Amino acid sequence: MSEAMTAVPLTTSDGRPLKSALASAQLRAKRRAFFLVAPLLLFIIVTFILPIGQMLHRSVYHDGLSANAPSLKAWFAANPEGTVPDEAAYAALAADFKTMKVDKTAGIAGTRVNYTLPETRSLITATARNADDLAPPYKVALLAVDPKWGDPAVWQALRSASSAYTMDFYLISTDYERSPDGTIQRVPENTRIYVYLFVKTFILSALITVICLFIAFPVAHLLATLPMAKANLLMILVLLPFWTSLLVRTTSWIVLLQGQGVVNEALIALGMIGEDGRLKMMYNQAGTIIVMTHVLLPFMILPLYSVMKTIPPSYARAARSLGATSWTTFRRIYLPQTLPGIGAGALLVFILAVGYYITPALVGGADGQLISNFIDFHMDKSNWSLAAALSAMLLAGVLVLYWLYDRLVGIDNLKLG
Amino acid sequence: MKKLLILSTALTLVGFSARAELTVMSWGGAYGEAQTEAHVKPFAAKSGIATVMVDSDNPATPIKAMVEAGNVTIDVASVEYADAIRLCDEGVLEAIDASTLPAGADGVPATEDFLPGAITECGVSTDIWANIYAYDTTKITGTVPTVVADFFDLEKFPGKRGLRKGAKAVLEFALMGDGVAPADVYATLGTPEGLDRAFAKLDSIKSEVVWWEAGAQPPQLLADGEVVMTTAYNGRIFNAAVGEGKPFTIVWDGQIYENEMYVVPKGAPNKDAAMEFIAFATSTEGLQAQAQQISYGPARKSANATEILYKDGKTVMGPNLPTAPENLANALETSSTFWVDKDAELNERFNAWLATN
Repeated sequence: MSEAMTAVPLTTSDGRPLKSALASAQLRAKRRAFFLVAPLLLFIIVTFILPIGQMLHRSVYHDGLSANAPSLKAWFAANPEGTVPDEAAYAALAADFKTMKVDKTAGIAGTRVNYTLPETRSLITATARNADDLAPPYKVALLAVDPKWGDPAVWQALRSASSAYTMDFYLISTDYERSPDGTIQRVPENTRIYVYLFVKTFILSALITVICLFIAFPVAHLLATLPMAKANLLMILVLLPFWTSLLVRTTSWIVLLQGQGVVNEALIALGMIGEDGRLKMMYNQAGTIIVMTHVLLPFMILPLYSVMKTIPPSYARAARSLGATSWTTFRRIYLPQTLPGIGAGALLVFILAVGYYITPALVGGADGQLISNFIDFHMDKSNWSLAAALSAMLLAGVLVLYWLYDRLVGIDNLKLG
Repeated sequence: MKKLLILSTALTLVGFSARAELTVMSWGGAYGEAQTEAHVKPFAAKSGIATVMVDSDNPATPIKAMVEAGNVTIDVASVEYADAIRLCDEGVLEAIDASTLPAGADGVPATEDFLPGAITECGVSTDIWANIYAYDTTKITGTVPTVVADFFDLEKFPGKRGLRKGAKAVLEFALMGDGVAPADVYATLGTPEGLDRAFAKLDSIKSEVVWWEAGAQPPQLLADGEVVMTTAYNGRIFNAAVGEGKPFTIVWDGQIYENEMYVVPKGAPNKDAAMEFIAFATSTEGLQAQAQQISYGPARKSANATEILYKDGKTVMGPNLPTAPENLANALETSSTFWVDKDAELNERFNAWLATN
């Protein structure tokens, strides 16, 4: 049968083989579809893919030293790691300093080396300032400017920074550093911060997600089961804050929760706490949790509501009529059907929380800051490469969780509305 | 998010510069207002060049971003001393020819008239300002704080403290609070033990600290009763106290002062007008005009030669300036070389300390 068909291919009425006619018709449809989505695709590439690519590139690239110290770079390329810097190395360094002085690039070069080894920035800028006085023998001349030029740690840092592509920023963002002999070690305990912050960010985000779920579940259920008129009113109450500016909502919480705020004043007026016992609910971790829970709550309520709305009440009634207790009905019948909504809401809230910036910045005080606030800090300090490395790690963390979610729950088992 | 902010700021600035010919960026609040009244408006009136003022939490940040992005939309910026040096080293600023600055009102050439260090390769001082601490006289009665150690004394003066969120000026302040003499502060801070000592001192009040970031916050924190005392920029407290009648008192013991610099970003769209603006604003009259608006000291000898009155017409500015002899009794000048070099490292440590303990 199949042999007969291949022997005599099916054709369309005008004699073209059916297969190619279908292919060309589909190609036309595909092309039309592509042109329809092309604007969006272009938009996403320009505003999303390219910037993220640029960010990832920046996290491993900093040409502050390599672009401004070509002779030094050449010396490092010619001499393997561990070579003791000879006169040629110092001569290369001196030559680079002379060009740096003319081009005014010592600051950029120094900044780059300073990221790898603190306190080298002024060494480089000061030496560049005196570059005109440098004369052979260069080793003696440079050591006379500053004895630090004989320090192997400085040379190790120069070598590491002389390559534009570097993993140094990822080392810093995981609390590691290069020791003078080139091995990788953890930074001293009192400067370890990023791993702690990543862990804290993920734990706080998970906590906020769980709190949101517990608050949102009954609300969404109420919304889905109340008569239309009442449900609409409730819905507006949910949406109204959602439509309000984030800054307005955050500052309203400050008014409510601060030391001299409405809540504390009310509690004191009621005699529940004394003047000394004012609750600290603002400018700390508690503030971050409370305000972020409120701000992100609609993102949990809405997917839950849209899923609950589609669950026929007859299932629960059937379970009850077959003798299940109300708890069993909830656990075995209702809850499993809301899972797509829970998954969607939790993923949405969690991912938003992990990257949240404004709210912790305003209400987080010292211990309520998340990793995003430190990314912002390094943007401010113009250390964009470190900010990019931290962002890339955050992105990777979220993708890993997304993958885990897909493996455990399944991403097609997700209903966003 | 930050990029978006920078972008949107840049866009707004483009909007501004389409109308204005010269754009000046400063710190906003009482300070920005003072520079607007003393420099921006008179310059526009005199030169006929339309000039506008825009605000930033710290103008040094957007400058660097603008120059790197190749889209410079401001012509003049007011930045901290260490930033003026750092950005100059990085090639982000235009050099300023000191010989183009006008001589003092008494005819002394600018290079001799300015106080030492007030003119750098890329910047000219617009004033000398100080980090001080202040308290509300209606909240602290009886024994009042008079020395820097009192700020760290929670037993004598219980209550919340406001501190600037950042290593600079805070670490020096902590060491002076621990009894280190101003002359020894940077030598001490340069050693690991000295640094630990500064953090240990901060540890002793950490639970009571409210951290502020924008210069307008400390007077607000004091007024709201959120803190009993706070560090602040002295001019902000002065303007709240004298200008708005708030019951705030400044403690000058342990003040940390430095020059504020006018700089021109590299590639500023109106470089010539910017240089003209700086020459105008940092003349004897320009510096005096600013000191009439806010209590920051002029960095020219000739500007300090005559008595300056606050804009209310009766308050004599002299004793309210960081440079008044009685205020300099136990004072520290910020070391720009120290901070240019150690800013990144110490802020890392500070952040780690802030976020973890």
